[in-house]
Amino acid sequence: MTDTMALALAAVLMAAAPLILATLGETLTEKAGVINLSLDGSILLAAMTAFAVAVTFDSPWLGMLGGMAVGAAIAGLLGVIGIFLGQSQLAVGFILTLLARDLAYFLGHSFSRQPGPDLGLWTIPGLGEVALIGPVFGSRSPVVHLSLVAVFLCWWWMYRTEAGIRLRAVGESPRAAFGRGIRVRLVRLWYCLAGGALVGMAGAAYSLAVKPGWGRPQGCEGAGWIALAIVIFGGWHPVRAALGAVLFAALQVSGIYLQDIFPSIPAPVFQVAPFPMMILTLLAVNMGRVGWIQDLVRRHPLLKRFSRGWSFDPPAALGQDFDPRKGL
Amino acid sequence: MKRATSRATSQEKSRTQSQEKTQAWSRFPALTEAGWLGAALLLALGLTVLVTLPSGASPFETIAVLLEGGLGSVTKLGRALAGWVPLTLCAVGLLVTFTARLWNIGVEGQVVMGAIFCTAALRPFDTGGVPEIILAMAAGILGGALWALLAGLLRVFGRVHEIFSGLGLNFVALGVTLWLIFGPWKRPGVASMSGTEPIDVSLWLPRLGPMSVSWAALALALAAIVGVGLLLRRSSWGLKLRAVGENPKAATLFALGPRRRLLQAFMLCGGLAGLAGAIQVLGVYHRLLPSISSSYGYTALLVGMMASFRLGPVPFICFFFAVLTVGSIQLPLQMGLDSSLSGVIQGIMVLSVFIVHGLRLWLRQRREAA
Repeated sequence: MTDTMALALAAVLMAAAPLILATLGETLTEKAGVINLSLDGSILLAAMTAFAVAVTFDSPWLGMLGGMAVGAAIAGLLGVIGIFLGQSQLAVGFILTLLARDLAYFLGHSFSRQPGPDLGLWTIPGLGEVALIGPVFGSRSPVVHLSLVAVFLCWWWMYRTEAGIRLRAVGESPRAAFGRGIRVRLVRLWYCLAGGALVGMAGAAYSLAVKPGWGRPQGCEGAGWIALAIVIFGGWHPVRAALGAVLFAALQVSGIYLQDIFPSIPAPVFQVAPFPMMILTLLAVNMGRVGWIQDLVRRHPLLKRFSRGWSFDPPAALGQDFDPRKGL
Repeated sequence: MKRATSRATSQEKSRTQSQEKTQAWSRFPALTEAGWLGAALLLALGLTVLVTLPSGASPFETIAVLLEGGLGSVTKLGRALAGWVPLTLCAVGLLVTFTARLWNIGVEGQVVMGAIFCTAALRPFDTGGVPEIILAMAAGILGGALWALLAGLLRVFGRVHEIFSGLGLNFVALGVTLWLIFGPWKRPGVASMSGTEPIDVSLWLPRLGPMSVSWAALALALAAIVGVGLLLRRSSWGLKLRAVGENPKAATLFALGPRRRLLQAFMLCGGLAGLAGAIQVLGVYHRLLPSISSSYGYTALLVGMMASFRLGPVPFICFFFAVLTVGSIQLPLQMGLDSSLSGVIQGIMVLSVFIVHGLRLWLRQRREAA
């Protein structure tokens, strides 16, 4: 019984790893006030690059670096056009999504359905024997460990360092940050790049660990959009966003089990199931902001305790331009 | 003191000079626009060459194959026009939603839903004529409009941003198509990605001479261009919709009924997209396929952005993009390349236009600051 539980938990963490990485990346970028809508395409192009580099140099870790570089490059392009050239972040992000997706299929044509290296398993010595944790973390793909470490690092960076205060200031009140001598646009570009690198890592995690290989379709199509929705679900907080990613992965994994239990339901239904779920979660989150529901929560003692500290407000300057020449 | 005044005068001089310069330029605004457009196209060409290099194929040969594949003969031109129709219908519909500042990414799913409703309406008939075709088109419009209404309701009452609801509904529409093709509507004996049982020839849209495009579809697309143009520019509905888009708070105060108007905009766009889906079934594929929309919805979004959501350039950009899409079918056959190159070029073109727009803005601001 505990073994099957551990296996299921391990499967969930594995499926969640790239989602967590992508969500963390987008959370960082959006906390700085920039919307990077290019996630879905970025993940695909990074997955393709990571696999191609890994095959060419026979080194999966070099592949992951390649994927991160591609993710950062796309986000950097968005940053330059959106922040410095004053174009709509939503529009540019959407163009980049489509462009990166098609580019991935086009350039990855010759790597399609090829065997290639993957990241393998990490065995942490001694951990395997520990009860409960052992079977889950003892011998797992490194992306699982990476994603969990990334959650902690992101939280620590955002809420326990001075750079994190600057990051949040730039996203909440760029004018105030500018008044304090922070170079708002540069900080935003920097977090675009950092978030993009994390998104690229998510892509690499798909093609090198979770769904090894490259093809059309790769199997991670749509993951970027889910990650974007999880950022909202997580209320722009890295730990809650990671929890959201794990929850989504759990639903996906349970879908695979359900498919065995209900063979009469055709496979396509399970394939698209995450998307209505995405809409419903967003609906639930946003309904939480409606006045009469907030009143209800405030009056109900149990709900009140549950909802404490659970704010879903986006960074105040999310998606807004800031032009230092216009001054304060 | 003296230095300061001299600096001031020199600044004044340079300002008058730059003003003269701008005046000289602004005498030929059309020329300036053309120059910037040319710059954008050159940038797009350069980027395209850059990204095709890693594939090992000669970039210019590839582009030649693309254009030849879309324009090379009357048949190919007919195919390009057959792609132009749904693309134009979607892009024109998106102008309506963008006037209300809505990002109707769900247009792709609305095309699919239109195709599904159209096929459903045709299922009782083995053969038919004009009434059945009109019924099927109406069903397609209804399907697209209902699917758009769903995204609209989620936006207006559920506060779910239409990018997420639209995208999710796109995937759901695709799932419904797959379920129908492999489930209730599967061909007797074999269920495959090649789609449902083809419809009878009597239900096909009439063709335009030797070309695979239907004159009826072309006429509908032209009518949509004119109709939406009149609606947005000449009607009070269009004006009020613009007001709702620009300032929803003021629209509420002036009792313009922003919610109702947003939903109407969604449904109009969805209806046009649904018509596109119905035309794909009745005039192009004659059955329901998983790839029935050919991603025309997403491409139409690119068209709208490239045209800065103005009506004038939309038909021409649609035609060029349709040529690229149709021409790309030749790529795997002739060059061994993936057909997604057409999407890459389209994306690069729109991105280039945005970059050039941004550079212009930047230069203008710098000139004003100087």
